[in-house]
Amino acid sequence: MSEKLTLAKAIGSGLRRALEDDPSVVLLGEDIGKLGGVFRVTDGLQQRFGADRVMDTPLAEAGILGTAVGLAFRGYRPVCEIQFDGFIYPAFDQIVAQVAKLHYRTGGAVRMPITIRVPYGGGIGAVEHHSESPEAYFTHTSGLRVVTCSTPQDAHSMIREAIACDDPVLFFEPKRRYWTAGEVDEEFVGLPMERARVVVEGSDVTLVAYGPLVATALDVAAAAAEDGVSIEVIDLRSLSPVDFGTVEESVRKTGRLVVAHEAQQFGGLGAEIAATVTERCFVYLEAAPARVTGFDVPYPPAKLEEHFLPDLDRILDAVDRVMGRENSLTGWRA
Amino acid sequence: MTPQGVRVRDDTFDPLIADVSPEQLLQLHEDLVVVRRIDTEATALQRQGELGLWPPLLGQEAAQVGSARQLRSDDFVFSSYRENAVAYCRGVQLEDLVRVWRGTASSGWNPFDVGMATPAVIIGAQTLHATGYALGCKKDGVDSVAVAYFGDGATSQGDVNEAMVFAASFQVPVIFFCQNNQWAISEPVGLQARRPIADRAPGFGIPSIRVDGNDLLAVMAATRSAIERARTGGGPTFIEAVTYRMGPHTTSDDPSRYTDPAVQAEWAAKDPILRFEAYLEGLGFLTEERRAAVAATADDVARRFRAGCLGLENPEPLTVFDHVYATPNSWLDRQKSQYASYLEMYGE
Ligand SMILES: Cc1ncc(C[n+]2csc(CCOP(=O)(O)OP(=O)(O)O)c2C)c(N)n1
Ligand SMILES: [Mg+2]
Repeated sequence: MSEKLTLAKAIGSGLRRALEDDPSVVLLGEDIGKLGGVFRVTDGLQQRFGADRVMDTPLAEAGILGTAVGLAFRGYRPVCEIQFDGFIYPAFDQIVAQVAKLHYRTGGAVRMPITIRVPYGGGIGAVEHHSESPEAYFTHTSGLRVVTCSTPQDAHSMIREAIACDDPVLFFEPKRRYWTAGEVDEEFVGLPMERARVVVEGSDVTLVAYGPLVATALDVAAAAAEDGVSIEVIDLRSLSPVDFGTVEESVRKTGRLVVAHEAQQFGGLGAEIAATVTERCFVYLEAAPARVTGFDVPYPPAKLEEHFLPDLDRILDAVDRVMGRENSLTGWRA
Repeated sequence: MTPQGVRVRDDTFDPLIADVSPEQLLQLHEDLVVVRRIDTEATALQRQGELGLWPPLLGQEAAQVGSARQLRSDDFVFSSYRENAVAYCRGVQLEDLVRVWRGTASSGWNPFDVGMATPAVIIGAQTLHATGYALGCKKDGVDSVAVAYFGDGATSQGDVNEAMVFAASFQVPVIFFCQNNQWAISEPVGLQARRPIADRAPGFGIPSIRVDGNDLLAVMAATRSAIERARTGGGPTFIEAVTYRMGPHTTSDDPSRYTDPAVQAEWAAKDPILRFEAYLEGLGFLTEERRAAVAATADDVARRFRAGCLGLENPEPLTVFDHVYATPNSWLDRQKSQYASYLEMYGE
């Protein structure tokens, strides 16, 4: 049975299922109880499952994650909410030095089935620290899985899979798409969370996106089609590990790669994907891979974010570049 | 002072404010009224789509004005986002109060112009900055002090606790000014602390005062005693100003989900401005004439504030690359030049 839900509600229903299905699941976070979280993702869950399973925590992110580690030692499956992307850094030490390494440190004796939910990305006109895309810090950290979703169905299925996973999972939620509605079937068994999805098939360019930019990538594909360019859109879904099989297969067909993400460029996912695809598909490439990303500046004030964020036009410009058409860099000299 | 505006005798703290003249009292009253007016105007501007967000300080005027007005211009404030009355007292220009909330800049003002850092949004981070600044003052042999403003929720953060450890260890001239407004968004203060927050500081070796934050004179006295200690080499003080957030956390918040109207009403009766006005009236200082003059001043400030806000221009696109580094950066210069070429090709 499927029902139409927003992406936020789809995560909420996934959390509800996880709480129903597994008594070891507990939710921790700031304002997730009565308030239902600042985005209302956990709306109604405390009322339903009680304050000992859906816990408002003191205002301290290191505390939330460190406590989750202890709960995991006791066999619990903590799901931690970080209120906004920019507030994850106080917990960075616990995540990178403890959560990520405990399984390794203990020779596999201790598992850390912790899910860390992070609303991320920009485009909502917010103040500082509320629009960031910190995924690369975590994809750079061994021992963590990092995933993100772009549709309500994926949001629902993937949060449940993340919670059921015996490894720690960073679950990035594209906050500007929270209000996107779509059909969600609780029983639907789709692609496993570590697999990428070909959303639209195409033959000229492979466009890799994830999270908030998947919707933008679909617009790009539609716009490019009018221009006679056929784009294959891949929704990466898992950022660590990356499903390179799916990406490579596509690039072997199209010979061209564009990667788009909101996060800053330097040392980001785009670099990793471009490098790996170049290593593995070199002879298939018709053009150098192109990245369209946030600039290498701190996330700017709201009135500048339209310039920071990759949008339809900036991605189309990169498509022109890999297609060898006139583009903004045609006449550009350093 | 009782909620009815009757002063309660206190032999320790009364002498600290004995010198406050009637004129000064009236000026402080004007401050209270003006900052509330600015706050209401900002909420209105947000509702009209002119600001992205606004964190109202409604109910916390006495805590902020009473403390900030005791500082010298060479003192330095490290605050959180709700301290707009503190900023006003520091001399921040009206339109500068809203640049960040309008989204036109990442800092409203130059910290060195007013002795107040850009407000910290990361909860608690600024308490360490204040401690470090105070350490600098001590090293330099000056008697300036640093003040950290933060909320009850912030006291749970590691940074705040580390700040107290450092401040005590180095005995620096810092004042930890905690406005316990009973809420951290939807979380009641009881979730952060089982005992009065002020009780925590002595465990770090820091003397603390728990003061009625809605009592302007009491806040002034408490702040003065802390300043006196800091300036004379006595080290840090922790002040818990017990107050109440009478409005929403921010304009995005929906307090009806978690507040009890009866409690709200209880605190409304303890309104810091009404109380101070009752006190002034009892003394015969606050005439109808004076009230009208203050209201007119507040309206005038609000008008200028609104005009200043609406006059803030959107930044130029290429300024997105500005101020990332203090020195030239080849990687970023290249990105900027490429984006300039993009804008040239496609227009804006
Ligand atoms: C590190 C961090 N975590 C979470 C937040 C989100 N947040 C913003 S304000 C707030 C509550 C702060 O409460 P308190 O310290 O009492 O200050 P008040 O808002 O009451 O002035 C929270 C959780 C944040 N800004 N920074
Ligand atoms: Mg508070």
